[in-house]
Amino acid sequence: MSDSPIVMEHAEHEARPELRHHFADVEQQRNAASLGMWWFLGTEIMFFGGMFCAYLIYRRWYFEEFAAASRSLSLGIGTFNTTVLICSSLTVAMSVRAAQLGNRKLQVKMLLLTLVFGLSFIGIKGIEWHKKYTEHHIPTFDYNVISGEGSLVKGNEHLLGIDKVENDPVKLRERKVEIQQHTKIFYSLYFALTGMHAIHMIVGVGIFICITWMAHKGRFTPEYHTPLEIAGLYWHFVDIVWIYLFPLLYLIDRKPIS
Amino acid sequence: MATLAVSGERKNYLNAEYGIRSWLFTTDHKRIALLYLLSITAFFFIGGFAALLIRLELLTPAGDLLSADAYNKAFTMHGQVMVFFFLIPSIPAVLGNFLIPMMVGAKDLAFPRINLISWYIYIIAGILYIHCLVTGGVDTGWTFYPTFSTEFSNTKVIEAGLAIFVSGFSSILTGLNFVVTVHRMRAPGMTWSRLPLFVWSHYATSIIMLLGTPVIAITLVLVVLERALNLGIFDPTRGGDPVLFQHLFWFYSHPAVYIMILPSMAVISEIVPCFSRKRVFGYNFVAMSSIAIAAIGFLVWAHHMFVAGISLYSAIVFSFLSFLVAVPSAVKVFNWTATLYKGSISFSTPMLYAFGFIGLFTIGGLTGLFLASLGTDVHIHDTYFVIAHFHYVMVGGAVMGYLGGMHFWWPKISGRMYPEGWGRLAALIVFIGFNLTFFPQFILGYLGMPRRYWQYPPEYQVLNVLSTAGATILAVGYLLPMVYLLWSLRYGKPAPDNPWQATGLEWQTSSPPPTFNFDETPIVTQEAYEYENMPLPEEVTLER
Ligand code: HEM
Ligand SMILES: [Cu+2]
Repeated sequence: MSDSPIVMEHAEHEARPELRHHFADVEQQRNAASLGMWWFLGTEIMFFGGMFCAYLIYRRWYFEEFAAASRSLSLGIGTFNTTVLICSSLTVAMSVRAAQLGNRKLQVKMLLLTLVFGLSFIGIKGIEWHKKYTEHHIPTFDYNVISGEGSLVKGNEHLLGIDKVENDPVKLRERKVEIQQHTKIFYSLYFALTGMHAIHMIVGVGIFICITWMAHKGRFTPEYHTPLEIAGLYWHFVDIVWIYLFPLLYLIDRKPIS
Repeated sequence: MATLAVSGERKNYLNAEYGIRSWLFTTDHKRIALLYLLSITAFFFIGGFAALLIRLELLTPAGDLLSADAYNKAFTMHGQVMVFFFLIPSIPAVLGNFLIPMMVGAKDLAFPRINLISWYIYIIAGILYIHCLVTGGVDTGWTFYPTFSTEFSNTKVIEAGLAIFVSGFSSILTGLNFVVTVHRMRAPGMTWSRLPLFVWSHYATSIIMLLGTPVIAITLVLVVLERALNLGIFDPTRGGDPVLFQHLFWFYSHPAVYIMILPSMAVISEIVPCFSRKRVFGYNFVAMSSIAIAAIGFLVWAHHMFVAGISLYSAIVFSFLSFLVAVPSAVKVFNWTATLYKGSISFSTPMLYAFGFIGLFTIGGLTGLFLASLGTDVHIHDTYFVIAHFHYVMVGGAVMGYLGGMHFWWPKISGRMYPEGWGRLAALIVFIGFNLTFFPQFILGYLGMPRRYWQYPPEYQVLNVLSTAGATILAVGYLLPMVYLLWSLRYGKPAPDNPWQATGLEWQTSSPPPTFNFDETPIVTQEAYEYENMPLPEEVTLER
C-alpha cells in the first residue's frame, strides 16, 4: 500500500513546494507549461501573420514605393539593433544553462545583461522612430515624402519612374500623389509591425524583470527552472519575429554602394 | 479533502467556501464555469433585447418603430453581442470548463489561474462593449466592413473594435487551457481513443480558437488604426484594398462559426448514445470529423466574398472546398442517426434538444451548400436566405445543443433535478418557435428581401409577421428554462450521482462534485460509451 500512486503523489507534493495541487508530478507540470507556451507562440505567429500577409500583398503591388521607402530606413541602426537582439537571445540561453548548472551568480548576471540588451533595443527603436517623425514619415503626422527633408523622390527618380514622366506635368503630379499614398501604406505597416514588436519587447522586459528577481532570490535550481525556460521561449520568439522584420522592412532593395 | 467530510453535509464545490470573494478569486474550473454562465446569460438578454427591436420593426413594411440609423445599431448590437459575447464563449466556457477536467479525470484545467484571468478579460471586454452601447453604439454590422467602418460611420467603431479585440484573448486563453489539459492532464488509462467525443470536439474547437482568433485581433487593430489615424490601407481611393480586410476578417470568422457549432456537436455526441443506450456508431469517424472540420474550416473563408470581386478561379476553388467542409458534418449526422438505430430510445428533455439539433442543423448545413454554389449565391447573397441559413446552424444548432447540454448536466452542476415535464414542454416550444421564426426567412430571401434594411415592400409582410410571431414563441421557450432551472435550485429533487446511468467519468463522482472532482484519481479501463447491458433507471424509462 505504501507505494501506491496516490501515496507517492502526496509525498511528491510535500517534497516539492513549487508543484501545484492539480498536477500529479513535477514532470507533468513542466510539460504542461511548455506545451502551453508553444501553443501560445502559435497564436502569436497567426497574430503577426495577418500583418505579414497584408505586407506581402502591398509589397507586390507597390514594389517601387516600398523599395524607396525601405531605403529611407537606417541600415546601420537596423543592423546594430538586430545584433543587440541576437546577443540578448544568447544571454537568455546562457542563463538557462546557468540554471541547469546551478550557478546562481552567472544566472543573474546573464539575466541582467538580457535586460540591458532588451532595453537598448527599445531605446534605439525609439530614436529611430523619432527620426522618422522629424522626416515627416509618420502617417497623418504631417506626412510628406515628396518634398522637404524626408523626400524619398530625391535619389530614387529612376526607381520610382519619375524620370519617365518628368516632362508631363499632369502625369508627374499623378505619380507624386501615388508615391505619397503608397509609401504611406508601407509606413503604416512599418509602424504597425515594429510597434507590435516593440509592445512584445516591453512585455518581455517586464517578464524578465520578474524572472531576474526570482533568480536573485534563488528560486531556480537545476531540477526546477520552468518559469525561466518558458520566459526564454517567449523571448526567443520575439527575437525571431525581428529576424523576419529586419530583411522585410530594411532590405527590400538597397542601392549597391557606389 | 472531501472524504473527510463524510459525516454531516458532504463538501462539494458549491459549499466548500462561501462569500463573494470565494467566487471572484476562485481558480476552481467549476466555479469559473458558473461565473461564465451568469455573464453570458446577461449578454444573451442584451442580444435578445436587440433581436426584439429588430423583429418589432419588421412587423410592418414602413420604418416606423426605429429610424434607419437606430435599426442599423440594433442589428449590429444583436450580431456582435450574440456572436462574440454569447455564442463563442457559451458551451466551451460553461460546459467545457465544467466538464473537460472531469471527463479526462483531472483535478482541474492545466492552468487554473489563467482560466480565471480569461473570465476577467471577458468581463473587461463586456464592460467596454456595454460602455460603447450606452454612449451611442455602432452601426457597421458585426462584420466591420471598411470603408464604411473606417471612414463613413459616425458611430463608436473604435470602442466596439477594441472590446471585441479584448474578448478574443479570453477565448484564446480558454482554448489554450483546453488543448494543454487534453494533452497533459489525462488520468491513467485515459488514452486518446477512450476520450469522450465531447473532449475531441472541444479539442478541435480550441485549435480553431488558438489559430483563428489572433487573426481577427490583428484585423481589428488595423481597422482601429485605420480609422483613428486615417491611414488608407483599406481605402481603394488611396491604394488600399477593402477586399483584403474581408479576407482577413473571414479567415477568422468562417472558422469561428465552427467555434460555435463544434461544441454543440460535442454535446449531442454525449446525449445521443446515453438516451439510446448504445455505443456511439463509428467513434473514430466522429472524433476525426471534428478534426477535419477544424482543418478544412480554415480553407473556405472566401465563400463569403463570391460577389466581392475575387477572381473566378479562386471562387471556384473556394466553392469546391466549401462543399468539402460539409462532408465531415454530414458524417456526424449520419453517425448519430446510426447510433439511434435499434437503440432503446427515451425522449427525455436533453434528447428532445438533440433531435431538434440534428434536424435543424441538417437544414442549416444543406442550405449552406446552396450558398456555396456560385450561381445560386449571386441570387441569394445578402438576402434573408443567408440570415435563415446561419440562424438554423447557430440558433437551431448551437443554442439547441447548449440548452440540451445544460439540461443533461444540470443535475451534476447544481445537484438538483429539473422538472422533466416543463423541460419537454420548453423544448417543444423552442422547436416550434424557432421554425416559425426562421423558416419564413428562407422564403423571404429567395423572393429577394435583402438583409439589413429597416423597411420593405408590403408584399413581404405576411412572412415577416409570421417570423415576428415565431420570435415571440421562441422567447417564451427560452424564458421557461431560465425560470424552472432557477426554481429547481431550491425545489428540485436532489440529484443522484448518475441520474442517466451515463458512462463518462463526470458521472462517477458525486453531484455536485467535490472541489478536486474526484476523491481518488480515477483509473480508466474502458472505452467511452459502454452502454450495452446498462439500462436507464426506472424513473427515466417510466416517463417515456
Ligand atoms: C455545412 C457547411 C456550411 C457551408 C457550406 C456554409 C456556407 C455558407 C456560405 C457560402 C455563406 C455565405 C453566404 C453569402 O453571404 O452569400 C454562409 C454564411 C454564413 N454561415 Fe454558413 N455554411 C456552413 C455551415 C455553417 C455553420 C455550421 C455556421 C454557424 C454555426 C454558419 C454560419 C454562417 C454565418 C454566420 C454566415 C453569414 C455571415 C454574414 O454574412 O453575416 N455556417 N455560409
Ligand atoms: Cu463561412
